[in-house]
Amino acid sequence: MYETKYHKASSVADAVSLIGESDDGKLLSGGQTLLPTMKARLAAPSDLVDISGIANMHGIKVSGSTVTIGAATTHAEVARNADLQAACGSVACLAAGIGDAAVRHLGTIGGSVANNDPAADYPAALLALGATITTNTREIAAGDFFVGLFETALSDDEVIVSVSFDAPSKAAYAKFPNPASRYAMVGVFAAQTANGARVAVTGAGSDGVYRQSDMEAALDSDWAASALAGVQVGSEGLLSDMHADAVYRANLVKVMAGRAVAGCA
Amino acid sequence: MTEISMTVNGKAVKADVPDNTLLVEYIREHLRLTGTHVGCDTSQCGACVVHVDGKAMKSCTMLAASADGADVTTIEGIADGGLHPMQTAFKENHGLQCGFCTPGMIMTATDMVKRYQADGKELTEDAIRHELEGNICRCTGYHNIVKAITDGASKMTNA
Repeated sequence: MYETKYHKASSVADAVSLIGESDDGKLLSGGQTLLPTMKARLAAPSDLVDISGIANMHGIKVSGSTVTIGAATTHAEVARNADLQAACGSVACLAAGIGDAAVRHLGTIGGSVANNDPAADYPAALLALGATITTNTREIAAGDFFVGLFETALSDDEVIVSVSFDAPSKAAYAKFPNPASRYAMVGVFAAQTANGARVAVTGAGSDGVYRQSDMEAALDSDWAASALAGVQVGSEGLLSDMHADAVYRANLVKVMAGRAVAGCA
Repeated sequence: MTEISMTVNGKAVKADVPDNTLLVEYIREHLRLTGTHVGCDTSQCGACVVHVDGKAMKSCTMLAASADGADVTTIEGIADGGLHPMQTAFKENHGLQCGFCTPGMIMTATDMVKRYQADGKELTEDAIRHELEGNICRCTGYHNIVKAITDGASKMTNA
């Protein structure tokens, strides 16, 4: 790892000012992606601003049907939170399937969302649930937030403070993990929301997470896995790599969407 | 350089370390506690797992500076004289061959047992295999490790 300067931020305002003062600084949350990237010398931030200790960025609040999760809340905390399990078990269940137990003790929802890895799990949930990403300066709708591969609407010195969404009446996430890395080769989050059926796909799109609108239309007329039978998933715009080509991924999108809908609770 | 202080295996320690020092480097090279291993250095193998404030974490994927003020337990610190029940279980069930991954396996195992006990959930063989996702063993094929953890879990419950 190249040299860097470590700072521990005491508040969101402190983090914003520290990152603003740095040459080429990066926010450090759980570090479960950033630190391996730095160790591989694929990233060399001049400064690291550790936001994991900022108290008001932690925790999960369920008020009525609205769920708010602090950005520095770890995957393990999301997975084990009883209020969230009751209000929106699909998101808790998704968090329980990220990485491994040790990674889940450090990795955070804000970090995952800000990184927008094309195979990350959370983006599918947030996009399907029409979540709002709240930063130090504004609120961004998930649909506008996830821009492309590892690209988001965040500006350089913007800090995600929390994410919030309305609990859906039904939802489930189904993931086909890469057998070695356990990253989603394809992951589908299906939800029955106040605005209709939502199907978001991660791991497959060459621009990152996206909504499968033809499946949403099919599910709006009949919420059942069988309703997806007639939907043709094309391979255009899907990722192709040594693990799975685009045609294989297209088939997986359909299979995992069916499993997600069938598994909805 | 950043000044850090933390508790490691019940002992207060303090040092001035370069900011990019990983927690595992601090533990092994500064504190000379070499029971914690570096297997892959890419956060996959779990040989470096230690407990930070009671939770299993990969010490190769955490900065020493981030652990400032924390309570850290390494494999050297789990037993109160003699062997921890989980260590005994690994010994009795032949839960290792070369032993390189064992410190991480044991730290992961005690963490999972504590979590399942706290949640009142049964730690089944399936659950153990799932929980071991972040720990790689190149010798055993995991069978005896799973057996050892099952045994260690009951030893910890009855301890």
